[in-house]
Amino acid sequence: MKLLNMSLAALHRLLKEKKISSTELTKEFLRHIQKAEPNLRSFLTITEEIALRKAEETDKKIAGQQPIGILEGIPMALKDNICTEGIPTTCASRILENFVPPYDATVTEKLKEAGTVLVGKLNMDEFAMGSTTENSGFYPTANPWDFARVPGGSSGGSAAAVAAREVPFALGSDTGGSIRQPAAFCGVVGLKPTYGAVSRYGLVAFASSLDQIGPLTKTVEDSALVLNIIAGHDPKDSTSVPFIKPDYTQYLENNVKDMKIGVPREFFAQGLKPEVQTVIEEAVRVYEQLGAQVEECSLPHMEYALPAYYLIASAECSSNLARYDGVRYGYRAKAEDMIDMFTTSRTEGFGQEVKRRIMLGTYALSSGYYDAYYAKAQKIRTLIKEDFEQAFTKFDVLLSPTTPTIAYRLGEKTDPLALYLGDVYTIPINLAGLPSISLPAGFADGMPVGLQLIGKHFAEGILLRAAYTFEQNTEHHKKIPAWLEEASKNVF
Amino acid sequence: MSFSDKFELVCGVETHVEMATKTKIFCGCSTEFGGEQNTHVCPVCLGLPGVLPVLNKEVVNLAIKAGLALNCIIAEYSKFDRKNYYYPDLPKNYQTSQYDLPICKNGWLEINTPCGKKKIGITRVHMEEDAGKLVHSGETITTSKSSGVDYNRAGVPLLEIVSEPDLRSVDEVLAYLEELVQIMDYAGISDCRMEQGSVRFDVNVSLRPRGSSEFGTRTEIKNLNSFNSVRRCLEYESERQAELLLKGEKVEQETRTWDEGQGITLSLRSKEEAHDYRYFPEPDLVPIIIEREWVERIRASLSELPAAKRERLKSLGLSEYDAAVLTSSKAMADYFDEAFTFGVDAKTLANWIMGDLSALLKIDGCSFENSPVSPRQLAGLLNLIKDGTISGKIAKAVLEEIYKTGKDPEVIVKEKGLAQISDAGALEKIVEGVLAANTKSVEDYLAGKETALGYLVGQVMKATQGRANPGLVNKLLKEKLSR
Amino acid sequence: MKITEKDVEQLATVSRLELTAEDVSAYTKYLNTALDYMDKLKKLDTSKVEPAQQVLPVKNVFREDTVEASLEKELALANAPEVEEGSFKVPRIVL
Repeated sequence: MKLLNMSLAALHRLLKEKKISSTELTKEFLRHIQKAEPNLRSFLTITEEIALRKAEETDKKIAGQQPIGILEGIPMALKDNICTEGIPTTCASRILENFVPPYDATVTEKLKEAGTVLVGKLNMDEFAMGSTTENSGFYPTANPWDFARVPGGSSGGSAAAVAAREVPFALGSDTGGSIRQPAAFCGVVGLKPTYGAVSRYGLVAFASSLDQIGPLTKTVEDSALVLNIIAGHDPKDSTSVPFIKPDYTQYLENNVKDMKIGVPREFFAQGLKPEVQTVIEEAVRVYEQLGAQVEECSLPHMEYALPAYYLIASAECSSNLARYDGVRYGYRAKAEDMIDMFTTSRTEGFGQEVKRRIMLGTYALSSGYYDAYYAKAQKIRTLIKEDFEQAFTKFDVLLSPTTPTIAYRLGEKTDPLALYLGDVYTIPINLAGLPSISLPAGFADGMPVGLQLIGKHFAEGILLRAAYTFEQNTEHHKKIPAWLEEASKNVF
Repeated sequence: MSFSDKFELVCGVETHVEMATKTKIFCGCSTEFGGEQNTHVCPVCLGLPGVLPVLNKEVVNLAIKAGLALNCIIAEYSKFDRKNYYYPDLPKNYQTSQYDLPICKNGWLEINTPCGKKKIGITRVHMEEDAGKLVHSGETITTSKSSGVDYNRAGVPLLEIVSEPDLRSVDEVLAYLEELVQIMDYAGISDCRMEQGSVRFDVNVSLRPRGSSEFGTRTEIKNLNSFNSVRRCLEYESERQAELLLKGEKVEQETRTWDEGQGITLSLRSKEEAHDYRYFPEPDLVPIIIEREWVERIRASLSELPAAKRERLKSLGLSEYDAAVLTSSKAMADYFDEAFTFGVDAKTLANWIMGDLSALLKIDGCSFENSPVSPRQLAGLLNLIKDGTISGKIAKAVLEEIYKTGKDPEVIVKEKGLAQISDAGALEKIVEGVLAANTKSVEDYLAGKETALGYLVGQVMKATQGRANPGLVNKLLKEKLSR
Repeated sequence: MKITEKDVEQLATVSRLELTAEDVSAYTKYLNTALDYMDKLKKLDTSKVEPAQQVLPVKNVFREDTVEASLEKELALANAPEVEEGSFKVPRIVL
């Protein structure tokens, strides 16, 4: 048995049956992290002491014959834009390099209560703006499948950590694809829940109407287990939806016989690399063989999604990031007067992509331009939502590639605007607030390719079933990078 | 005003009222005034990374109530917007406010002018959050090397009330403000303590040639925090503008600040362009749907407003002046109403409240709400005068005793033996005694000196420790002297 | 050219950012390219479309007016770059 490769349920059994203690388990993962980090650099902070203390708590419970929850005593890590009390939360930005939140995000609290063991905070693109984690204010993260390639972004650290088996699961955040795209690039499962299904309280805001927190895991079952803990209405988040949370594991059924799957033709247009297309087409065949009805469909306004997204996201972020001024927290530059202090702190503290988007957003909201840009984008958003609503009258689930290409090489994408084009399949989903999952669908040129499934609002169940069925009937998710084969062989 | 035959003043006021809720608008921090710096703060009102606002329902309740008290239309659908600008007292560098869909609009209130009643339009009423406080290390903001920010006030709920530019004189402005603040007091929207900054005013003022219907260029003066400041500021600013116009110069459209010390307004020309607040709908909050039942429930909870109360007091026979003074605070008006239920005469009661009782309360800074003399006790005192038990003069002393000891007037009168002597028989003897002892005064009186009578009355009062019924004394003396 | 370099400098000031001459040039190019791309949106007639005010139809979310514990003063000031007598210190405010 390869400990690092075990599912959450299997790890839970080991702990329950006292075959391993949480402390031993945590130490094992920490050792592996130390070994892998020089090549990967997925972590910004590693919280060894805190982790071992938490692990001990679980061990005491087990020793005392108390029952433990399914994720109790299991290590995990959080993207560094999720607030953790007493532990630095930097959003991979120099402007928050020394920020230590005095409070926990709601998801952090929930995972704490569930007994999980936080081993560290994960690297990301600064303030979640980017698609490669190269925009991190500190250092880039490598793709575990090819250290010369990017893991994707902005939850690059989260995806890499799970793919490299540094942690059994991690949380990321997704505004325009930031969970799904790195999941696809790294060959893991990434779920973006319905907007409002998981509390945003404590998630450092990038674009308020688009951000959602979600799990990155090795398997679909693990994703459902984590979602069970983190989902749910939160009175501290006014945009969180009061809904009856199901047990998501009930949807893990190997069956798609009645399912109608739509494949939007707009997602197969120019830009999609042939090697990726091949993998996705094969996936479609798998579904058909399993009894699903797969048909082409159309989302006619998709070509407007990208510009609408960038206008809305930039506008909201320009306002959300205004608070970083060196007064109450974060980096403060030396200055003679207040305006100087604000300006210099922000100029020195923020990276280029963040500054670019703040400027774009400020422009989109400016008097005289508001109607043509921000207001217009919000109308386009309505049209896109309606496109999906229309599609869902006929289909249960929509299917597409997660990304048009495989992971880029580090340093390859220098033109920010060109990079935006890579988000073309993931962005529309955020605009509509729909749930979506990316799962390993195969390989192209030795790199993972992700399959994206999209559901109606609060239809995580159907998504999980569709994803689980595909996973149970394929082997792609079982593959791990060669160097990792060696490492995990010797463990347990 | 020197210019008033040439120019007419045009003024509109934006009033910011701190709402009387226990907690802030978007978080559970206390709104209590005067706490140690930065002790009523939390991640939300500090604007820490990752926090989100949740709307205090009582803020909406009070906003609706204020709108009803001001005869506004209450919106069926309302939302918040972000007003973006940078300033250290603003934790998020945007203020969550309301832009295009305020909760109330198109209201009015009435003021008295020398020419009769006048309706002043209320354009809109909306909810927003207050900013923190800056404490400057030097004398003024511009001479300080540094400042300190206290965020206790950040997030306190504010109501912004915008008037139409219907005000045409400084007196009208003050009448409007006084009535507005009274209404806010009566409706329980705010404690209205201007000395604590609970109410602040921004005035927009311009001049135009008399007879013209076009608006002149206006200036805005922000953050006036007393009626006195508003009056002095408007008087200064209108003079300043008049001078410019008379010289043929233009008035700059700008924001100015009132310098209390120097008694002048100063230009606040900042480095930047005119503020573009880049308003957009607040994505962290959801819209408010206000069903009509909710509005009606609040309407039912609205107690009598100042104008209605004044009319009712006048119907009891009180003068316009008395009604105005008694209703100047809800507490005083409520005091009157309660005392009145014990069957005392309205005018007498009014005089005692406005006069002796007010004076007593002032000494220790007590309010009508926590008056050491209860309405029942005051009414009791007045009834003792009415039924002749004590004289008006003695009653004043009894009032002071009630104030000091809290005992009931009847008890005090009994304990101190202050009951008036109204027994004609007993008094007659004393009167005769006084007449016998003061033959000179008697002669003076008979010789035509009226003041001698007063002296004789005084002597009787002295002999009775002030307890003789003065009316009766007068009568008896006159009787005996006329013989 | 929608946006000039002067516009970009102004935009930076409003956003409390200072750009080097190089940055101004690069950002001007970026913004113009981005806005040209955004112009795609103009093609669509949205005169009869409502803006998507919200993602999901949640309304009337409130909290009760009950006092909750505030942060300890030390914690509130813990991340402050400069503190003076219990307040957040800021340099001279020029109007």
